[in-house]
Amino acid sequence: MSSPAPAEVDKPTGDTDTSVEEDLPWVVIVWNDPINLMSYVTFVLQKLFGYSLEKATSLMLDVHHKGRAVVSNGPREKCELDVFRLHEHGLWATMQHDK
Amino acid sequence: MISFGRRVVRRRGGRYELKLDATEKAVLGHVAEQLREAILTGTDDPMLRRLFPPAYVDDEEKEAGYRALARDELLEARLESLDQLEAALADPVMDAERAGSLLRSCNALRLVLGTRLDVSEDDDPSLDPDDPESPTWALYYFLSGLVGELVDALAADL
Repeated sequence: MSSPAPAEVDKPTGDTDTSVEEDLPWVVIVWNDPINLMSYVTFVLQKLFGYSLEKATSLMLDVHHKGRAVVSNGPREKCELDVFRLHEHGLWATMQHDK
Repeated sequence: MISFGRRVVRRRGGRYELKLDATEKAVLGHVAEQLREAILTGTDDPMLRRLFPPAYVDDEEKEAGYRALARDELLEARLESLDQLEAALADPVMDAERAGSLLRSCNALRLVLGTRLDVSEDDDPSLDPDDPESPTWALYYFLSGLVGELVDALAADL
């Protein structure tokens, strides 16, 4: 985890707050939607992330009952790729900092 | 339109057979072509919003960057999957990769139809013949059955 940014740093350019923020890990969230079939969401989570049927079903049920579930996490580039693949499969996915 | 025979059958050697009658093939081919035209006309159409969703909901700058990277690639992937759907209609026995593309295309069609119908969690699957959208609902439920069968067949081989 990051620590608070120092008041002054020797950086010729750049926004210190932004670079600290970039270091935070990211999470990918799948949101509930009324269209995608439950079995389809479970299948996509198994296929894309290699999750077991049990884990994928549990995540799908979180999406269905709680409205959302974190399905993956990591650096920003990895999460953007995960979001892209979820979008390609028609799931409603977004990413944000893990706060 | 609505019947209950199996439309997706697993074959030996990791292959899948799509069993649609001539009417079902014609309808699916027609709506796939309509979707292709809509995508090529413009991905900002509100009816297509579920096919091109945002990645960042509270950061316009990052979202603009994601769109710049992903929009064209997503568009190409959707068109390629529609090509695979057409190929599956012409040649009904296919490998897992084509079956996966067929599944993504059928699901994309459901997303667009569901957006148009403003589907909610508690919609009753019984059809109201007085609803002017009842043909669209019939198509939506047909695609639901097809997506469900494709998922079952492909999940069995995961």
